[in-house]
Amino acid sequence: MSSSDSGSDEAMTDAQQQKGFVSALEMPDVPSQKLQPHLELRRTRVLCNADAPDNTDTIQYSGAYASMGVDNSLRLDQFANNFRVEVKRLTEDEMEFDMVGIDPAIANAFRRILLAELPTMAIEKVLIANNTSVIQDEVLSHRLGLIPIKVDPRLFDYLSENDKPSEKNTIVFKLHVKCGKKGPRMTVTSDELKWLPSGSELLKASEDSNSSSRAETYTSFTCSQDSLPEFSSNPITVYPDIIVAKLGPGQEIELEAHAVKGVGKTHAKWSPVATCWYRMLPEVVLTQQIEGKTAEVLKKKCPVGVFDIEDLGDGRTRATVAKPRACTLCRECIRDGEEWEKRISLRRVKDHFIFTIESTGALPPEVLFTEAVKILEDKCERVISDLS
Amino acid sequence: MEHTSFGDQRNATFSLTEEDHTLANALRFTLNQDPRALFCGYSIPHPSEARVNVRVQTTGEPAREVLKDACQDLMLMCQTVRSTFDKAVADFKKNP
Ligand code: SF4
Repeated sequence: MSSSDSGSDEAMTDAQQQKGFVSALEMPDVPSQKLQPHLELRRTRVLCNADAPDNTDTIQYSGAYASMGVDNSLRLDQFANNFRVEVKRLTEDEMEFDMVGIDPAIANAFRRILLAELPTMAIEKVLIANNTSVIQDEVLSHRLGLIPIKVDPRLFDYLSENDKPSEKNTIVFKLHVKCGKKGPRMTVTSDELKWLPSGSELLKASEDSNSSSRAETYTSFTCSQDSLPEFSSNPITVYPDIIVAKLGPGQEIELEAHAVKGVGKTHAKWSPVATCWYRMLPEVVLTQQIEGKTAEVLKKKCPVGVFDIEDLGDGRTRATVAKPRACTLCRECIRDGEEWEKRISLRRVKDHFIFTIESTGALPPEVLFTEAVKILEDKCERVISDLS
Repeated sequence: MEHTSFGDQRNATFSLTEEDHTLANALRFTLNQDPRALFCGYSIPHPSEARVNVRVQTTGEPAREVLKDACQDLMLMCQTVRSTFDKAVADFKKNP
């Protein structure tokens, strides 16, 4: 008894002591630093209602909640603490990861850069020496342009207008296929493209036929590319097995293809990704307890199996949300009348991105993403130096 | 890049060439998050011209400085993203 008394006495003094140092911000009539739940929901979630998504904006303005005493401005330390990346899947040419705690404005910038502003090498010029196939020269050239080339674009320079094609900015491939006169029809695939490390082999037609100087080719390499350390052990190849053309008996294609560095903004063939997209994390919330028959119906409704049924022990069952991540937001579960809309709330988490990158093979997907972030940094740096 | 401000450092429009939504939208976010920015927005005057106009109005500081700080913030965010991402990838590669 006495010991418990002294204990409560101590607690009293502690509380009093703390009271002495209470900060003005923690007094009950001062607004708290936290948003009220309904506002927090609107700030952080997109509500996917039966008719249309609601509340899709992000609240960017720093003073949006000033009247409630909540600061909405950016603090970098806070950002660094909250920001999180979790890799879900990573293979040679595909990756999926979760990026949490970032505004869509910036996540979208990364996506746009990946699609349109990361350079790769692609065939830009095709010198056709002979083409008797049914595919027109233009179509054939276009098809060749879209073939992904497996080479690190960072090892090359851009070829600008006044530059001569050299070993630093051009990759030359040769394609020479002929279908036998009596043989069956032939399929030409991208493997037939042979890398010419010493540059073009086609001679430019010179006006002066008896000129003593060596006949010029279409490139001016100072050395062979396979003598360079970066290519000596790994020759440049293209993505195999892509059908380029079909040849009938006696038909022939002979050409040279020159690949240069470029970005997806100019032409999609330079895009380093097959595709790159993100979706926001789905959140499925049961606003009421759904039991028995209704739970069964709900479980059946969802085509991707988001819901499961849980045994409550006393013979009753209830629906649970087992795999919210799989939700495709088809809204099938809230389609059958208003009572369903009341039972289930479909939402998306505004700052949680499920990011997928599919590389075409020039660089692995994780390198592509880091390069994309670097490009955004460079853009900022450019603006800063222009302003200074 | 032009800087058009009419005798008033606080309000300015910056015309960024060779840029598009990618940078402008990200910058608008960091600008909006800066308490010194009273207003900011961007527009692309013509879709076939590679140019965006970023409008910044501030509470007192020169608009140029606020925009510069916004770029700085964006850059620091990118650096955080990059280091966090690299770490996550390295972790995943170690134990997938
Ligand atoms: S919206 Fe579609 S996928 Fe998502 S939980 Fe409902 S039925 Fe399933």
